[in-house]
Amino acid sequence: MTKLKIPWLKGLLYLLLCFYAIITLIPFLWALSASFKSLSEIASGTINLLPHQFTLENYKQIFLEEPLFPRWLLNSLIIAVSVTILNLICNSLAGYALARLQFHGKQFWFFLVLAVLAVPAQVTLIPTFLILKSLGWLNSYQGMIVPSMVNATFIFMMRQFFVNFPLELEEAAALDGLNRLETFWHIVLPLAKPALAAQTILIFMGSWNNFLLPVVILFDPEMFTLPLGLNTFKGQYISYWNIIMAASMIFTMPVLGLYIFFNRYFIQGVTFTGGKS
Amino acid sequence: MTRSQRYQELLRANLTGYLFMLPTILVLGTFVMLPILYAVFLSLQKVQLLGGIEYEFVGFRNFSRLWQDERVWIALKNTAEYVAIVVPAQTLLALLLATTLNAGIKGKNWWRIIYFLPTITSSAVLTLIFMWIYNTNGLLNHGLAAIGLPTYNWLGDPAVALKGIMLMNIWSTAPFFMVIYLAALQDIPQSLYEAAKIDGASQWEQFLFITLPLLKPVTFFVVAMGIIGTFQLFDQSYIFSNGSGGPNNATLTLVLLIYQYVFRDLQMGYAAAIAFVLAAIIILVTLIQQRLFTDSNNL
Repeated sequence: MTKLKIPWLKGLLYLLLCFYAIITLIPFLWALSASFKSLSEIASGTINLLPHQFTLENYKQIFLEEPLFPRWLLNSLIIAVSVTILNLICNSLAGYALARLQFHGKQFWFFLVLAVLAVPAQVTLIPTFLILKSLGWLNSYQGMIVPSMVNATFIFMMRQFFVNFPLELEEAAALDGLNRLETFWHIVLPLAKPALAAQTILIFMGSWNNFLLPVVILFDPEMFTLPLGLNTFKGQYISYWNIIMAASMIFTMPVLGLYIFFNRYFIQGVTFTGGKS
Repeated sequence: MTRSQRYQELLRANLTGYLFMLPTILVLGTFVMLPILYAVFLSLQKVQLLGGIEYEFVGFRNFSRLWQDERVWIALKNTAEYVAIVVPAQTLLALLLATTLNAGIKGKNWWRIIYFLPTITSSAVLTLIFMWIYNTNGLLNHGLAAIGLPTYNWLGDPAVALKGIMLMNIWSTAPFFMVIYLAALQDIPQSLYEAAKIDGASQWEQFLFITLPLLKPVTFFVVAMGIIGTFQLFDQSYIFSNGSGGPNNATLTLVLLIYQYVFRDLQMGYAAAIAFVLAAIIILVTLIQQRLFTDSNNL
């Protein structure tokens, strides 16, 4: 839209933006402040954003007296990092094949990838559970990782990216005697960095925050990821909101860090998966 | 080139193609295609999970049972109410925020970072933060009391429990769609507005007759994504109610009901039937929405 020239209207817009920023931030600040408060201060029900008595006890307690918490953190990290790396490789390979390689049944596989996009997760949830059960993969890392290691949305996104990729580079690589896989690995992939960065953050976030799959296939507390662990905390520490909020803050840190680091790509990625429909 | 050379070339190209596609074919085959067929099979069976799995063919009995299941209707009503309120609200809020940010505001990137926080935060964390804010002696009730409004037992009162989840999800999803709107707004050519200005159109008229019509494809996308997402409400209801859908079934959604039938009652066949009905509803509503959008295009 054109820039607004009326000063009072502009002031009103800034006021609106500030108001909504406050609405967005308050729950987070309130949670952050609770994580530094003592239980007695939480229980007294006073409304103060700054803790009367600033304490690190809550953080100490979850790391020192809850042996499972570091384990959950580790589980979440192992799963999210593996899922992210595997997705980056598999989605790019498939996207590249669908954009550039010639093979029998290519149209069929492309159609299948598009069709998969339309399948709601809850239809496949029960059979996936039974398949993982018969593979003996319930309650395991591979049960969490393998079903999520490719993603139709991002295969499609990578295909669109590679379709618009200049052909000359690959032709030059072929003249230099590189085979398709070498060309892909040494020439094409390094130039796909922006698309890969957007994927990295979106996939890591999706895996890190996933609740439905782990709630269905993980039942041993040792194997829980953080979202499940947090839910257990809720039952175990009823009304110990200081402890729950400290755990929530630790849970949010890695994604927040990644998001601030990749912010530019993230916005790109979101619009990549959406906007241009 | 001889015939056998050509044949070899063809073979190599196919091998390369399938090598690249192999992980995708294996994973999508095992965890999407096979499950779909398996789900069709399950929905026509009575499934017994006693050590191993036993099947008994029951035809469409799982589907006819749906009609008499009171909890299915409750879950459907809750889910429909949730979709009907959250989708329009988050779409309007997203549009409002995006147009405001696009009106020559300074520090666009910073606003965007702040607004985006709820989108990157996990549903588990958000639900816990809100449960704490919603508790009887919590921040929300203090705030409401301070400005003279009535307070509620947000977590325990069936009349407001689902409203609490709605409020939270409008708040957390709108910024995601705001970013999509914002990108689309920046793609609208400035010249259109300049031409309108010469014709004497006010800011409001420019918004109404240039911005809104040009945003239509994006609005379609945002509403469709919203419908698909809201029909699948699960995490928040599960954490809110400890998986029960309470208080008094007020937060029972269709996906939560499917979960309960699978893992509490071990009725996998029946649960698969409900899952199909949910998928059909989502597809139907999306199609109707598409029809509405294309119809008004022809006017």
